[in-house]
Amino acid sequence: MSQVDSTQTAELTQLSLKALQRGIQSSQFSVMEVTAAYLERIARFDAGLKSYITVTEEQARAQAEVIDNQIRAGELKGALAGIPYALKDLFCTDGILTSCASKMLANFVAPYDAHVTSKLKDAGGVLLGKNNMDEFAMGSSNENSAFAPVQNPWNTDYVPGGSSGGGAAAVAARLAPMVLGTDTGGSIRQPASFCGVTGIKPTYGRVSRFGMIAFASSLDQCGPMAVSAEDCAITLNEIAGFDERDSTSAQVDVPDYTANLNDSIDGLKIGLPQEFFAEGLDQQVAAVIERAVKAFEARGAVIKEVTLPNSHLAVPVYYVVAPAECSSNLSRFDGVRFGHRCDNPQDLNDLYERSRWEGFGDEVKRRIMMGTYALSSGYYDAYYLKAQQVRRLIKQDFVDVFNDVDVIMGPSAPTTAFKLGELVDDQLAMYLADIYTIPTSLAGLPGMSFPIGFADNGLPVGMQLIGNYFEEARMLNIAHQYQQQTDWHLQTPAAFA
Amino acid sequence: MEWETVIGLEIHAQLSTNSKIFSGSSTAYGAEPNTQASLVDLGMPGVLPVLNKQAVKLALRLGLAIDAEIAPQSVFARKNYFYPDLPKGYQISQFELPIVGLGHLDIELENGETKRIGVTRAHLEEDAGKSLHEDFETQTGIDLNRAGTPLLEIVSEPDMRSAKEAVAYVKKLHALVRYLGVCDGNMQEGSFRCDVNVSVRRPGAEFGTRAEIKNLNSFRFIQSAIHCEVDRQIGIIESGGQVVQETRLYDPDKDETRSMRGKEDANDYRYFPDPDLLPVAISAEDLEEARASLPELPDARKQRFMAELGLNADLADDLTNSREVADYFETVAEGCGDTKLAANWVMGGLSALLNKHETDITDAPVSAAMMTGMLVRIKDKTISATAAKEVLEGMWAGDGDADAVIEAKGLKQVTDTGAIEALVDEIIANNPGQVEQYRSGKDKVFGFFVGQTMRASKGKADPAMVNELLKEKLKG
Repeated sequence: MSQVDSTQTAELTQLSLKALQRGIQSSQFSVMEVTAAYLERIARFDAGLKSYITVTEEQARAQAEVIDNQIRAGELKGALAGIPYALKDLFCTDGILTSCASKMLANFVAPYDAHVTSKLKDAGGVLLGKNNMDEFAMGSSNENSAFAPVQNPWNTDYVPGGSSGGGAAAVAARLAPMVLGTDTGGSIRQPASFCGVTGIKPTYGRVSRFGMIAFASSLDQCGPMAVSAEDCAITLNEIAGFDERDSTSAQVDVPDYTANLNDSIDGLKIGLPQEFFAEGLDQQVAAVIERAVKAFEARGAVIKEVTLPNSHLAVPVYYVVAPAECSSNLSRFDGVRFGHRCDNPQDLNDLYERSRWEGFGDEVKRRIMMGTYALSSGYYDAYYLKAQQVRRLIKQDFVDVFNDVDVIMGPSAPTTAFKLGELVDDQLAMYLADIYTIPTSLAGLPGMSFPIGFADNGLPVGMQLIGNYFEEARMLNIAHQYQQQTDWHLQTPAAFA
Repeated sequence: MEWETVIGLEIHAQLSTNSKIFSGSSTAYGAEPNTQASLVDLGMPGVLPVLNKQAVKLALRLGLAIDAEIAPQSVFARKNYFYPDLPKGYQISQFELPIVGLGHLDIELENGETKRIGVTRAHLEEDAGKSLHEDFETQTGIDLNRAGTPLLEIVSEPDMRSAKEAVAYVKKLHALVRYLGVCDGNMQEGSFRCDVNVSVRRPGAEFGTRAEIKNLNSFRFIQSAIHCEVDRQIGIIESGGQVVQETRLYDPDKDETRSMRGKEDANDYRYFPDPDLLPVAISAEDLEEARASLPELPDARKQRFMAELGLNADLADDLTNSREVADYFETVAEGCGDTKLAANWVMGGLSALLNKHETDITDAPVSAAMMTGMLVRIKDKTISATAAKEVLEGMWAGDGDADAVIEAKGLKQVTDTGAIEALVDEIIANNPGQVEQYRSGKDKVFGFFVGQTMRASKGKADPAMVNELLKEKLKG
């Protein structure tokens, strides 16, 4: 039964979550077969791609068998029953390595499940493994992984984006039908854009952060990446909602995100922020965006130019707030209770200094230092406090815009994917890869990216869609309507057919 | 007075909650190391703090009791520093916006005057774990049972001017937190710890440079530490030196303070609001609920005991020092209908037994009902005061209630005139010398006859009747 021929493998791994669920429930194929199909593709393709840090092959097969039995017994019926998935390697998974792609946690087997891990487990999902990422979610290219950089399936000389680059690459190469990533300043949307997949960062607080290893607590948010908006909606249904273990999770009712996917978008008011189309935006990306906007207009949407006057301050604000929080969040990695510990520490300071020096990579160290500086006595007011004040202005810009429009659209990133190594020595250029996603994160608003075509270099372009607070259902509806008319999201990179 | 002492106090009171301030782990004292440390207490990657609402309620109770401003919104902040018993690398505390703002506590001075001591603020925070240096050679053990235990840090204004005032303030606060059920006040177990800021100045001058003496865990140590720190500072200034701002430790064995760390070694704690926790919002209803949960406060109760029950200030003070004692007393006073009798027996006989057996009144084998039963028997003259002492001891020893002990030990007072008269006659007949002395005007000898008669009756004779009969018969 685990012997599946490659034609069937390719077919199974092309199916939407809905089709998989239908086929499994109707016994057209088994969970074990679907699982085997994905595991086989991972074995075949991931050696070069490096989208996974850990493949939980044995557990996945065992879990698949259990779930097959439960489904046959009629005990398990949900939309994710039997659906394989992967998790960014910062979601704690009981008994499984949870490394954050860091040498610091290269030996850390989590003793518990994150909220979303147990949600997907309970729903009957099959964990295929843990996705590669930028170390501690800090980066925009996935080159900051302590294990290996991830390649972009559309062109393996290029980066997949970051920090959830492993997950985005896995979905693009059909090495998982759906993954969970996290987005702090664009870490779902930018790699989704670079890899031509659909990803949504929900409203801050929509999904519990419990068990998600923190980068910047006031910004981190978990969300799904998959082939389509519909698949994202199905997944979000399972993971969204209040969790008493996360004080910042929202006590706001969770709608059925699939219920309104087919609503008409006639009369939809779309705002295009002029700041997102100014200098710095790649001409080809601009052209692809413009074409997609026209398509929405053709379907009855009303396009309006809007302004986010403080958005140019978002990147500097972000690089004060996020490092400040991370400098504190990462203090627990001290070599005392878990994680990397240096050999033969001479005394307490030696233990701290060498454990942290050896355990953290350069970008993590850089951000810890920036954050420590920003919080230091005498600098706090000028940096952290000022940044928080500007953050409120940035948020207010969005509040004002949403008085006039239903959603905001624009590019997810200023360019298509760049080459591996291209920006490694130019941190500022790297930081600017998130220029269009960071303002949303600072405001705590939901944002998504979905594929709308390709540039001349053959690399995908993503459209960013920004909604008002807790309006994920509307956003998924809009992206789904687009995906009903186009097939950009269904294209697969030739090398991974 | 050439020098004036200026003292301010920071007190860490461990809040009497069942579980920790940000996790569900037990706060019980004395468990095996690390058996009361959950994933949250261990600072595991990915875990998040969830505020224990009971800790907030207890903080409000103290705030209201000291008539303090309560912040409608207070904020938890991270105090960042590295130490092995601080698992997250930061302590969750409150910094700019504490839950309890400016309040006050009145202390009584030796001259009977009242002095108002300002309380600057009280804020919620988590305790750290413990480093165990003794048990492991060349290594340090970490016990995280205490990590995350809720503390209320209560900071006073620099309003105290002597060690005695400081101790009076600490005692008053100690009694208050116990009274309110906010903290068990156990100083040995570290539930109530005190840091003292001391400086000296010429009267009327600006404040001098202060030294902070950390972790004083008894009233006596607070007093001694202040005395020797004041002497040290005066010594430095008088010999032309300057006091430096620093943290010091008190060594009770040598009765001296010594430097722990200077100001230049102080950490930059990089405080910032904890993004994992929402601001603590206190509504009007929360305040109302906290107010309703307040018991009658010690000062008010003392005034009532004096005004309504006619007790003197000392007795009223003693009876209201602890809420349990005051409750016990009120139950007994009401039951027996005699306030003074109840006060005397609670602060006298019972108190002596409690001290002797080092027992709290809540654990005393003699309940308020049993004590009431005994006092009723004194009032109805079934037993004498002398016999009552024996009854109390019997009850303490577990021999049953007052009536059972009276019956078993045959302590019923003799009120039969004939029987007492026979005893009196016998005593007079056997002591002709003393009779002679009495009749020649030595009135003091009368006490001898009373004693002899009571002894002969084994304490059972009614002392009033003995007096009366003796007076009559000794006239001759």
